[in-house]
Formats: sequence, C-alpha cells, structure tokens
Amino acid sequence: MSAESNTAEKGRAGLRRQIKLPMSKAIEIAFKSIKIRFWRSVITAAGIFLGIAFFTSVRMSGEFSMIQRKVIEAKRDAIAAGTLKPTPNDIRQVNSLATDQADAKAAEMRLKWLSIMALIVCTVGIANSMLMSVTERYKEIGTMKCLGALDGLVVKLFFIEASFLGFFSSVIGFVLGWLVISLIRLATDGVEVFGLAFWIASVKLLGLSVLVGTVLTFIATILPAMRAAQMPPAAALRVEI
Amino acid sequence: MRANEYVVRTKDLVKEYTMGDQTLKALNGVNLDVFKGEYISIMGPSGSGKSTLFNAIGGLDKPSSGSVFINDVDMAQLDAQELAYLRCHTIGYIFQTFNLIPVMTALENVTLPTVFAGMSTDDGIERGIELLNLVGLGERLHHKPSELSGGQQQRVAIARSLANNPSIILADEPTGNLDLNTGKEIIELLKRLNREQGVTIISATHDLKMLDVSDRIVWIRDGRIAKIEDRKDIDIRIGEMEGQGELH
Ligand SMILES: Nc1ncnc2c1ncn2[C@@H]1O[C@H](COP(=O)(O)OP(=O)(O)O)[C@@H](O)[C@H]1O
Ligand SMILES: [Mg+2]
Repeated sequence: MSAESNTAEKGRAGLRRQIKLPMSKAIEIAFKSIKIRFWRSVITAAGIFLGIAFFTSVRMSGEFSMIQRKVIEAKRDAIAAGTLKPTPNDIRQVNSLATDQADAKAAEMRLKWLSIMALIVCTVGIANSMLMSVTERYKEIGTMKCLGALDGLVVKLFFIEASFLGFFSSVIGFVLGWLVISLIRLATDGVEVFGLAFWIASVKLLGLSVLVGTVLTFIATILPAMRAAQMPPAAALRVEI
Repeated sequence: MRANEYVVRTKDLVKEYTMGDQTLKALNGVNLDVFKGEYISIMGPSGSGKSTLFNAIGGLDKPSSGSVFINDVDMAQLDAQELAYLRCHTIGYIFQTFNLIPVMTALENVTLPTVFAGMSTDDGIERGIELLNLVGLGERLHHKPSELSGGQQQRVAIARSLANNPSIILADEPTGNLDLNTGKEIIELLKRLNREQGVTIISATHDLKMLDVSDRIVWIRDGRIAKIEDRKDIDIRIGEMEGQGELH
C-alpha cells in the first residue's frame, strides 16, 4: 500500500502531490471507456458519421458534375480537332454543354450553398451528439475528481475519446457518402467520369472530410469537457440533465 | 499518535450562495474539531447546511471564508495536484445517491481510485477484490450498478471509498436512499470499519439510527452548530426518540 504513495511527488513543505498518469495509461482508460459504453459510442459516432456522409455526398456530387463537364469539354475539343469520331451520345452531350453554359454558373453557386449547408448540418449533428455525451457524464467527471483524477487527466480522456471517435467516424462517413454517390454516378453516367480526376478529387475530399469531422468532434467535446473538469466537483456532481 | 490528534478542523467556515440579489449563508461560522478515529454524525434538518459542510470539508467546493484543516494542513493552501492527492489518498467519499460509474462493474468502480493513485492493474484488482469481500460483495464483483440493489450499491461505494486507505470517510446521507433495514446494515458496516480499521467517519445525516453508533453528534441548524453532544450524554434519550422516525 505504501509503495505507490512513495512514487507521489513531494511538493512544497513535503506535501504529497497527485501523480500525473502517463499518456499510455490515459489511452488505456479512454479505450476501455469507449469499449464499455460501446453502443453509446456507436450512437455518438452515428451523429458524426451521418454528418460527414452528408457533407461528403454533397461535395462528391459537385466534383462529379465538374469532372463530367471537363470530360465533355475534352470530347468537344477532340471532335473539333477531328481526333474523335463522335457517337450519337457524344453529340447529345456536347450539344447539351452549349445549352448548359448559362446554367453552369448558377449550378456552381447552388453547389457552394449546398456545401455550406452540408457543413452546417454536419456541425450541428456532431456538436449535438458530442455535447450530449459530455453533458450526461458531468456526474461521472465530478465523481472521478472525488476519486483523485486531475483536471488534466479528465480533459485528456475526453481528448483521446474525441480524436478516436472523430477520426474513425469521419472515415466511415466519408466511405459511405463517397460510395453511394459514386455508385449512383456509375449507374447513370458510366465509367467515363472515373478517371484520374475522380481519384484526385476523392483523395482530396477524404482529407477534407476527415479533417472537418475530427476537428468539429474535437471542439464539441473538449470545450464542455474542460468546463466540467475545471468545475469544483460539488458543482459537477450537482448538474442534472 | 496521540489520541486527541485532530484529523479535521474547521475555523469560522462561511459559505454564501448568491442567487440574483439574494445572498444565502448556507454555512455561517462553523467551528468543528474532529479527532482521529472518531465517528461523528452531523445531524440537522434538510437545508440546514450539511451537504455544504460535507463539500467544504471534502475539498469539493471552496468556502466563501474561513478555513478547513486536514491533518493540520490548510486546504486553501493546496494547489490542484495536492488537492487531488488529498481526495485520492486521504479522504473517501460516500454519497446519498451512491455515485457509482454506471457503465463499470463493481470491481472496476472500486479499482478506479487505485488507477488514479498509480497502482498497477494487478495490485488494484487484488485490492478491489479484498475490499468487496470486506463489504460482503465478494460474489458480485462483475455486476453493474444497475444489477445491484441500493444497499449493495452503497456497499460498493464504501469499498471504493476505502481503496487507497484513507484516514477519513466523508458520507453525505449514506442511508438517505435506503430502507430501514438496509440503512441499518450500512450504518453497522461503517461502524465496523471505524472500529476495525480506525478510519475517521464524518457522516451528514438526518437518520436517527446514526445516533447509536456515533461518538459525537453535531447538531446543525441554519448553517450554524446548535450543539455538540457526546454519545454517552445522549444514550439515555435515545429511548424517548425511537418511534418518532426521522427528523425532517
Ligand atoms: N449550489 C447552491 N446554490 C444555491 N443555494 C444552495 C446551493 N447548495 C445549497 N444551497 C442552499 O444552501 C442551504 C443548505 O443546503 P445543503 O447544505 O444542501 O443542506 P442539507 O444538506 O442540510 O439538506 C439550502 O438552503 C440550500 O438551498
Ligand atoms: Mg444534503
């Protein structure tokens, strides 16, 4: 019993100070906590991954429209240069390109708006699920502080949980949104839009989606968690939801 | 260790709550000295300031003025890490609502303070099992709180409060959510720990069953100590009070 007390740092006047647990221990506790409340974590993750899936699908269908435009423009140029023998479908596409020209600007504007809307919906979804999951654990945070947890440890635990949940939910959300839109495009437009431009756009969007999802999750978790951790335990214990 | 050593002292303790333009003095100059190994009950009606005193002594909330000394150390002088050490090693907390972590098993709950103390996982589990056996729950190690009765949950909470061998157990209405017999069992358990382990017990309560086991009873009313009685002085009156049930 006394062995671990000896490991505690001695502060001013020989007072014992609580030890800071190493990051590895914090990771262990955080993962145990995710595992223990697996279904709750899945529901929380669903808020993140649906938001990101929506965001991804809106962005991805925008990318597809742009790629398709480029493909048709390339065809038009090739036909003009005489290097491509157009099929009836190609001719129809190139003709529609001309009539679309006026709509293109409007379409682009619409897409921007949709993207922003998607981002807002995604933010609200993530903030809501993470705020809920921290708020319902105020009492737990107060209890942990009574048992000797340092503020920093509490924040660290939520930091690890949020990074993990945010990252993986975003990746899954991206894959879902990306897959659905890609399959729809494959069915309607065929393989011609799945060139290099498609893969570049996909990778860029993966990066953006994961970044957005992880950062939003992180902010929505860490701010309330810090607030709860810095409260006197009596106040955190009194919070009713 | 002298018998009259103080483990807790409060000096002119005041706690004010401000709501709008109203100030309420939940504690209004409380001076209390608690000896090592004592079983003290803080008795008073609802709203008299028991929980506020519990929070101040336990370092769970800051008093507006006045001081709390734990083992002669002024709590106000402690930094965050020293305060956390105190909560982890020196004081064990028991609540009316048990405050177990709902997703964790009994054993995981009892082991948690040892994790914060930096104990190895194996030692922590060994300690947890030993404590759950001590409170009579050796057969319920892997039950979640929701699978335990109120009395059993409070036993887990008591085991948890003992995890790092504290010198003080602070209890806030530990029998408040329990029926008569379960409450009696919990009181007996606390008394047994007090006797066998020498841990000081400070319990806020309005449960008259506590009178039997207390060394001293501190009567508190409107944030002030109304009187402090030794058990031997009160023994004679217990007979009269029985049948009146609980104070309100
Ligand atoms: N956080 C708070 N904010 C405002 N008033 C409070 C707060 N906590 C307690 N009080 C008030 O302080 C007084 C004492 O409360 P408390 O210590 O909880 O009493 P007891 O535990 O004896 O029932 C009560 O009047 C209560 O309403
Ligand atoms: Mg109370």
